[in-house]
Amino acid sequence: MKKTIQVSNQGATLDTSRRNFLKLGGVGLAIAGLTIIGCNDDDDFQIMEESKYDLGTGDVGVLNYAYALEQLEADFYTKVVNNFYSGISSIEKEVFTDLYHHEVIHRDFFKAAISGATDHVLPKLEFQYPNVNFNDRNSVLATAKALEDTGVAAYNGAGKYISNPAYLVIAGKIVSVEARHASAIRNLINPGSADFSGDDVIDANGLDLAKEPKDIVMAAGAFIKTPFTWKERGIN
Amino acid sequence: MNILRLLDKLSYDKFFTTEASRLETITNMSLFGKKAATAAVPLGLGALMTTSAKAETTVTKLTGTALKSTLTDALQLALVLEYLENEYYSIGLSTPGLIPNGDRTVFMQISKHESAHVSFLKSTLTSLGTTPGNKPTFDFTASGNFMPFTDYNQFLILAQAFEDTGVRAYKGQAGNVMSNKVVLQAALQIHSVEARHASQVRRMRANKGWIELANGGNMPSATNPVYAGEDNVNQAGYNTGTLFGAAAGSAAYDEILSGSDAQAIASLFIV
Repeated sequence: MKKTIQVSNQGATLDTSRRNFLKLGGVGLAIAGLTIIGCNDDDDFQIMEESKYDLGTGDVGVLNYAYALEQLEADFYTKVVNNFYSGISSIEKEVFTDLYHHEVIHRDFFKAAISGATDHVLPKLEFQYPNVNFNDRNSVLATAKALEDTGVAAYNGAGKYISNPAYLVIAGKIVSVEARHASAIRNLINPGSADFSGDDVIDANGLDLAKEPKDIVMAAGAFIKTPFTWKERGIN
Repeated sequence: MNILRLLDKLSYDKFFTTEASRLETITNMSLFGKKAATAAVPLGLGALMTTSAKAETTVTKLTGTALKSTLTDALQLALVLEYLENEYYSIGLSTPGLIPNGDRTVFMQISKHESAHVSFLKSTLTSLGTTPGNKPTFDFTASGNFMPFTDYNQFLILAQAFEDTGVRAYKGQAGNVMSNKVVLQAALQIHSVEARHASQVRRMRANKGWIELANGGNMPSATNPVYAGEDNVNQAGYNTGTLFGAAAGSAAYDEILSGSDAQAIASLFIV
């Protein structure tokens, strides 16, 4: 559905629109799908309300959700390995190269697997890293830690929405590797400590984080430039 | 509980006291069980779908009681594995001079989690109306084949084997607990903790945190069944080795272990 509307060309409006466009979830969503596609004159922008991509329903929705997260991780590590921060150690280089490989494989796997099952395949998303300094070790490691922990929590929270046991097993095969990654990154940040499986992510029952899709997309929203919805899970 | 006893076939192999060359000649005579060695076959899309379709059909045909039994049996198996890990780290930590000071923080954290998992699984089983199984009597020497509490290197080897086994075993039970969404999510939450542990212990042995091919990483061949099938590069028909090679492709996915194979491994340490 495409609808053309006119808005006043006021700096404040534009800025707000832009800022919210970058963030999924929350109050900004009403205007998050507005894209400026052109400009008739100095006073008016022509705005198109895009029909945002919806991840879908049932297992397709969950698979597209996983695909979105794997796209993000793959994109991030691609940037890391194409521009290693200065002073990176050989072990860190090895870890990031492996993570880059694994996440790109996960991403391409989902693309192939979903395409084989349905036409409803999430398009390629665009990402941004507004607060990440790829030249800084601490910044890259902190972002990697957040992404891996988020990935674990996302898969752990989405498993219950999968109805096909084969997909559940596939998700299980991937999430444990994400957890291995998270452990590795955490150990690079604080070697030999309890952080690999830290009390900030593991509760008193010895359970790792599990988060609802809505909370995950909210957390990862700052990285995601291309808006999408998952109405079945309350992401509008 | 149907505990398989395989030790009688294996008692002559002193895997950790013989030299590497001898270890390399041992192929299928695995301390971790002959059966498990052939257990993890690559799962293509066909096999995967067949397996799951079968499981699904079974589930729909099951009565409420049988469904519950599938669920609680899976939890009982998990409880055995957690009992094993919990006692292992507990003994390790309380053995003077075994774990170097620099490594104690890690093992205290792991031990804390395994202890919590035991409590959690027991209370979960109880809440489902099932009496949790009693803790088995463990023999971590596996009838004299291991010396984990006098040799720190062996302690690390078994810790890695237990953690990597735990990851695969929980994954293998996912389909059996998916009838109960609360239990499924909790099982997944334990599963990823085991993977964090496994990754850390592997690094303490100078390994990568993930498993490339079916190679445990400087592990005695006795533990081969823990890693059998981990070299799979076919995920639902997609070749994961195409982009960056089989090592990366296989490492990007952890494989499952069937309940009977997980039990076979655990049973080696049960009196």
